[in-house]
This record gives sequence, C-alpha cells and structure tokens, in this order.
Amino acid sequence: MFYYYLKLASKSIKRTPWLSGLMMLAIALGIGACMTTITVNYLMSANPIPEKSDQLYYVQLDSWSPHFAAREPNEPPDQLTWTDATNLMQAQQAFRQSAMASSGGVVQPDNPDVKPFMASLRLNFADFFPMFNAPFLYGSGWQYSDDTARKQVAVISKETNDRVFGGENSVGKSITIAGEMFTVVGVLDEWVLVPRFYDVTTGAFSETEDVFIPFYMKQVMQLSNGGNTNCWKSPEGEGFEAFLMSECINYQMWVELPTDAERDAYMTFLNAYVDEQKALGRFPRPHNNRLSDVMTWMETEEVVADDAQIMMYMAFLFLFVCILNTVGLLLSKFATRNGDVALRRAIGATKGAIFAQYITETALIGLIGGVLGLALASLGLQAIESLYGDFISELVHLDATMVVLSFGIAITASVLAGCYPAWRVCSIPPASQLKTQ
Amino acid sequence: MKTNLEFGPICRALLRNKVGAVLIALQIALTMTIVVNAIFIIVERQALMQRESGIDEANSFYLTSTGFGNDFEPKRVIEQDLDVIRNTPGVIDAIQINAIPISGGGWSMSLTTEPGDDQEDVSTANYFVDAHGINALDLEVIAGRNFTATDIRWRERNQPDWPDNAMITKALAEKLFPDIPWQSVVGKTVYIGDDEPVIVTGIVDKLQAPWIGWSELENAMLSPEKMVSESTRYFIRTEPGERDRLMAELEDTLANAYGNRLIRNVTTVTETRERSYRQHSAMIKILSTVMVLLTLITAMGIIGLTSFNVNRRRKQIGTRRALGASKQAIVRYFMLENVIISTTGILLGVAMTIGLNMLLIEWFAMTALDWYYIPAGMVVLFVVGQLAVLGPALKAAATPPAIATRTV
Repeated sequence: MFYYYLKLASKSIKRTPWLSGLMMLAIALGIGACMTTITVNYLMSANPIPEKSDQLYYVQLDSWSPHFAAREPNEPPDQLTWTDATNLMQAQQAFRQSAMASSGGVVQPDNPDVKPFMASLRLNFADFFPMFNAPFLYGSGWQYSDDTARKQVAVISKETNDRVFGGENSVGKSITIAGEMFTVVGVLDEWVLVPRFYDVTTGAFSETEDVFIPFYMKQVMQLSNGGNTNCWKSPEGEGFEAFLMSECINYQMWVELPTDAERDAYMTFLNAYVDEQKALGRFPRPHNNRLSDVMTWMETEEVVADDAQIMMYMAFLFLFVCILNTVGLLLSKFATRNGDVALRRAIGATKGAIFAQYITETALIGLIGGVLGLALASLGLQAIESLYGDFISELVHLDATMVVLSFGIAITASVLAGCYPAWRVCSIPPASQLKTQ
Repeated sequence: MKTNLEFGPICRALLRNKVGAVLIALQIALTMTIVVNAIFIIVERQALMQRESGIDEANSFYLTSTGFGNDFEPKRVIEQDLDVIRNTPGVIDAIQINAIPISGGGWSMSLTTEPGDDQEDVSTANYFVDAHGINALDLEVIAGRNFTATDIRWRERNQPDWPDNAMITKALAEKLFPDIPWQSVVGKTVYIGDDEPVIVTGIVDKLQAPWIGWSELENAMLSPEKMVSESTRYFIRTEPGERDRLMAELEDTLANAYGNRLIRNVTTVTETRERSYRQHSAMIKILSTVMVLLTLITAMGIIGLTSFNVNRRRKQIGTRRALGASKQAIVRYFMLENVIISTTGILLGVAMTIGLNMLLIEWFAMTALDWYYIPAGMVVLFVVGQLAVLGPALKAAATPPAIATRTV
C-alpha cells in the first residue's frame, strides 16, 4: 500500500513540477539555514571533556580593588595573580591541580636544515596532562617533583615533533626553547579541543599549544606574558620579580575535585586562604571566590557568540516562514484534487486512506527538501568558514547527529505542514463534489 | 467610487478561503519581522565598520622581529633596523611600536586628573612611539608639540614607570577634562595608574585603540619611548602603491641584516582591519542573504497562491468578463485582495517586529530599533506583495469571456 502511495505521490509531484519544486526549495532553504546555524551553535557549546566536565573547576579569587569590581556586577577577576597561583599550588589541597600561563618563544632545532620558529608555549604543572586527558603519542607528562625541582622538561605537540624531529619518538632528546635547553619527556597526539576550554581568555577557539613546559619556568626564564594582563594597581618596584609579586593577573588555575564533598572542602580552603591573605593586607574586597565547572565556566565566559545565537533564532523564523509557505501551496495543490478524492471516497476509500496518501506525498516532498537542505547546509558551512576565516574551521563540519537531526526536522516540518491540507482534502463530502462535475 | 464597492465581494470571497489568506498574512508578518530587524542590524554593523582608525591604513604595514640566542642586543638591532627601514626608498617613515591600532591586542592604562586610587578614572590605550610616530602613523598634532629626540627614552624589560610627558587624542582630552576646551589641555598633568604624574605636551587629531569592540575606542595616549625587547614590532608607512613591493623587500632585507632572528607576521593594516571586522562583515553578508531569500520565498508563496486562486476562479472571472467587467477591473480585484491580506500581515508584522527587537535587546543587549525602519519595512513589504500579485492578476485578466459559456 505504501509503495502505491509513493507512486501516486511521485506522479502528483511530476504533474505540478513548478509548485512542487517551489515547496521543496522552500523546505530546503529553511532546513539549510537551520542546519548551518544549529551546527555552529552546537559545536560552540559542545562539551569538550564530557567524561569529567563536572569534576573540573576553574578557580577565581576576588583579589581586586576595594573601589571597583573586576567585572560588573561584582564579578571576581577571570585570572589569578602569580602569588595566589603559586600559593594554591604549594598547598596541594585538590585531587589534581594546575596553575597555567601562556607565553611564546623561539624553538631552535639542532638540525640546521630546520629553521628556527616561533612556538606558542603553555606553562603548567604536572597534573595538567592527566586532568585534561591529554593524549600522548610517546612518553608521558612530567612529575610534580619535576615542577618543584624546576627541571627543564617539555611536552611537545605532534606538529612540533614532526617539524623538529621528523615525527620520530623524541622522548629523551633535547630541544632549545627560548634560549634554554629542555628535555622532551612526552609527545602529544593530535589534540583538538572545541572549545579549548582550559584557557578561554585568549579566545575559546584557539588551538592547543605547540610546547608545554613547567609553570615555574616563567620565573626562571623571565618569560613574557601571553594572553591578557590586568592590574588594578601598579607593581611596587621595578623588574620582573616586582611584576610577579604584584596584583597583576595573568594566570589561570583548574582543580579536579571528584566529589561534591571535596568541592565543598576546597571552597572552605579557598576562603580560609583569602582570610590568611587579608591578614597580610591583601584582598580588600569581601569574600567572592568561585569554583565553576567546565560548562558553567563556558557559559560565564560567553563562549557561544551572540551573533551565532541571533543567526540561529533568525534561521528558525526563516524555517517557520518556509513551512507556512509550504502549507499554503499544499492547500492550493490538494484543492485541485477535490474531484479525484470525491471519486475515490465514493467508490469506498476511507478517510484514513486518503489522508495517508496525501501525507505520503508531503513526506516525500519533505524528504527531497531535506536532502537538498543538507546539501545547502554544507554549502552554508563552507560559506561561514570563508566568511569567518580559519579560526572557526573546527566549528563547521556536519556530523552524524546533525545529518539525522536535519532529516528529522525536514520530514517532521513537511509532515506537519501537510497535515492540515491533507485533513482538509480528505474531509470533503464526496457527493457535493461529484455533483458539480 | 467603484473600488470601494469592490471591497465587499472581495472580503466575502476571502472569508470563504480564510486559511490561505491567513497563511499569506502570517508569512508577510514574519518576513517583515525578520527583514526589518535584519536591516537594522546590518545598518548598525555598517556604521561600526565605517569608523576610521586615524592612521594611513591603505599604505601601512607592520612586522615582528624576534631575536634569539644569548648575544642578541635588542637596542643595537632596533636602532639599526629603523635606520635601514627609514632609508629604504618608498618608505615615508617607520617606528617601533608596542601595539597596532584596531588589531585586537595592546596595552591600556587608567588615567585620572587627580592623584589617588579612589578617583574617577578614564581608560586609554597606550602606544609607545618615538619622534617619528606622528609621521609614521599619519597623525596631526593639533595643539602643543610633537615629541623631540630628547623626549625619547628606552623602556627596559618590565620597567613599570612612565616618561614625564605624553600626547593624547582630542577625544581623550575631552573625556579627561570635559569642562575646558581641548586646546587648553596642553600643559595639564594627568596621573597614570593612580599616582604617577605625566604632563600632556600635545594633542593629536585622531587615533583609535587596538580593540574595536571597546567603548573607549577613541582614547589613545602616545608615550615617547622605545622598548628593549627581543621581540619587537615595526610599523611602516609607505608611498602610495609601494606597500606590497616593500613588504617583500623589507622582510628579506631585515632577515639578511641579522642572522639570529625571525621576521614574522608581515601584515598590512588593510588585512588587520578585515580580520578585526570580519565578524561584522560576515553578519552583514549572512543577514543580507537571508533577507533576499526570505523575500523571494514570500513573493513566490504569494504568486503560487494567487495563481491557484486565479485557476480556481477561471469560470467566475470569465463570467465577470462576459457580463462587461473590463480587464483592469479583474486586475484590480486581485490587487485589492492582496492589499487587504498584506495590510493585515503588515500590521501584525509591526507588532512582531517590535517584539523581536525587544527580545534582541533583552537577550543580546542590542539597541532599540529607530522608528523609521518600521514604515520603511511596511512600504517594502506592501510593494513586494503588489508586484508578486501582478503576474497572476494579468493572467487572470487574459481569461477569455467565452470560457463562461463552456462546461456549465
């Protein structure tokens, strides 16, 4: 029976190619617009580390000025001072913890054929790698004892390893970074994080760094500040140490706290720490410390761009207009078939059979519209990539979820659009229609 | 009036096919909602993109030089580099600078007119330039004086204090001292980072900060200094038409002049502007496309539905023609029918447009729609409706009267 309806549907579509084409085009455009914008939003708001996003917490301490908040309304600063980052690390009160900074430096390969190049650096503690499930190709991260001993060890990205060591296992080899010799202890595999949640202060969709070295190297090598540096008061005194000891913020910190009890305990510890610092004359503001898990932090930092959301809502409205359009056109189309329907009803077809026949037709139109829409969506994503540039390239690929979703929306939309016209056409009284023929 | 008399039959005919008319009206309302709000966003973004940075964007570029190795002497290399660049034919001027206007990355400090950390402060972007800064950035000193060679100092790594004098933009002068004319700000003392005094020795016409989304975009301060740093940026202004040639040439010259350094990120200001404003230009293009497609879809919908009505009423039209109605009367019938539907849709659209705008204000902190967008949108949608209906109406008018005599 279904096959018969399908045959009738395709015949009917062929009979009115322009009208049917217009309906398919409308559905395709609506679906294409929705898919494109939903994909961008979906990937922007993706959970980058679903297995433990509710156990990782970003640490914020309100070390700001007594006269004004770091961010309105009364939000603590988004980064820590060197003093607080190092104090919290020394306390070792969490299951895992890592303070972080970003910087840059020239990598000088020993091989004279490979030109020196500028590498992005992340300065972090040993826990960084297990905490964020960093994938290793060779070797592993370093130990906390290497951090405290200020050992010059490095973990390098796959790309850096390919560039400097031609892709071979470089664990144990040395590499010159920003003028100092480091020993490679680990090589990461491809590590794509969308968003790169561990540091969103320099843009949520940046790539993971080229080289990872211990945090204290910042002090040892007097490395430059990456990312944003904000100060509510000028450093006291001159030189690098004075800057490190100042109230300037440039450091991020994450802790891993597997249970709620541990989280509460860590919060208590943070408050006690701030009280301690208050006694030393710091932290002039009232207690305002935060522990935000990954998704909360992404929301606070507004990782999903407003423009992307505006476009998505516009696309939904667009789809709605396309559906209205389709309903109108279907009504017209089916109304021309009143005679046929009346005849079929008169010779015994049930209302249900008629309804099924016309719904099949609209579903077919929806399906074709959906396929077209999917093609339009991949064009749309390409257009978005070319409009926004490379940084967004991780955000513009269709995945299986999106494909299924788009067919779902297309068919649901067109069947919903077809319901009213199909109901109208099957509820006409056969007698009156037959009479006028 | 003949047209007035036709309203009655048209309305009664519409009531017999309510759903079709309501669908078109709804479609027009939604289209108007989206189109008007989209145009408003587009115009706003275009206004943002047309702001000028104050520098000679078309003829300027910049590059980064990063030295490495233990025997790298920043001061000597910087002096040499600047000498080489400035003496290259085609270069108007060049400077070492800490940040590039409208590029997205830079320094900012807070300024107050009285010392103390409890004073009302004004934030400004800080640019470190030498006496060539005005020429290289294509600025004009409109009050006071330019820096001289004796003003310039070297800022060592992590040196926190500031030179004794500075130049500021006219906009910043007016923000700091709103009560006096900007010319008289020359000679005033401002305090940087709460308590360090700096004397304003010059006012420049216009120079934007590095952050285009910043509310204080026009606030900039020029500090007479060069920086001791391995990694440094040179900003180069060229004669018109020489930029692209010099970019390649200077990259080679500098790379060859000193071995232990990398020359990277050779970038034009034009490209920087494009990258900084890319989000806005993308939004403009996307919304424009959506608008055009949506209007087309709605127009096609109107055409489709009217054509259908025309086909269904062929017999009635033929009868009317046979009874003496002119072709114009038939066209007028369909046009008037569309006027009724469109007006309903447009009135609903006005309410929805304002509603969507209010939601956008609430959710995305956007600004309120200017009133004149609404009548403009009404006119556009009305014209689109009339144009769309014209084709099918003319077709209807071509119905031969003889059809009335057949098949009945």
